[in-house]
Amino acid sequence: MELLIFYPIALLCVALALAVVLTRNPINSAMCLIGMMLGLAIVFAFTQAHFIAILQIIIYAGAIMVLFMFVIMLLNLKEDSRSWMARDKNKLLTGLTAVLLVGAVYKFIDVITQTDFKAPQAVPDSFGTVALIGEFLFTDFVLPFEVASVLLLAAMVGAVVLAKNKLD
Amino acid sequence: MVPLTHYLIFSAVLFAIGVLGVLIRRNVIVVFMSIEIMLNAVNISLLGFDRYLDQSTGQIFIFMVMCVAAAEVSIGLAIIISLFRNKPTVNLDEFNILKG
Repeated sequence: MELLIFYPIALLCVALALAVVLTRNPINSAMCLIGMMLGLAIVFAFTQAHFIAILQIIIYAGAIMVLFMFVIMLLNLKEDSRSWMARDKNKLLTGLTAVLLVGAVYKFIDVITQTDFKAPQAVPDSFGTVALIGEFLFTDFVLPFEVASVLLLAAMVGAVVLAKNKLD
Repeated sequence: MVPLTHYLIFSAVLFAIGVLGVLIRRNVIVVFMSIEIMLNAVNISLLGFDRYLDQSTGQIFIFMVMCVAAAEVSIGLAIIISLFRNKPTVNLDEFNILKG
């Protein structure tokens, strides 16, 4: 039953991700990306990770994509007919990526064919609830939580300084 | 119940699409969106393993990835804006003044 929902959503996400990469207009790309993030939120919700699903909608589909839209409109980008053309060839980059992808695909097929992953057992009711995640976040993982707050503060200050008119 | 391998395949396909976007697009904003796709792909595989191992701690990692993504987007878009002030283009191939 869950598979019947998982497959169409996953296919939709892949199609929208392809659309992000292949459309010419950056606004259309951003719209498709919002759709993909919402689809991923559905996948997360079906995995019973409710907290993460809500965070995905609020942070990714909300805050981050609004920032993207804001910058696209601020820069007033016209539809660039040349933007689809392949980048200037960078042999080193292309070679390294080819090696990386071939290695990743090889390892991936190896793992999938060799390893026998059992289907996960029924998870407890508390899996992925806000209460459980919050408890982990403020007991076992309180140091990463504080470090994340410092990181976000540094990013905020950095963004303000970088986007100011005069750098000096 | 969705098996772990399906999460991993889904994640790998999305990651490959992200790499494709970084490599073939010239528009710096679309390249940035492709990086977001890759981060989301990582989140899917983290969640798949989390469900498979039946521990909720993997979701803390997803939380951290989201924090880093938010920080990265704010800084990156600020850099794009200040680059755009110096040179009014978003074509990656024209940002080559650091090239030796």
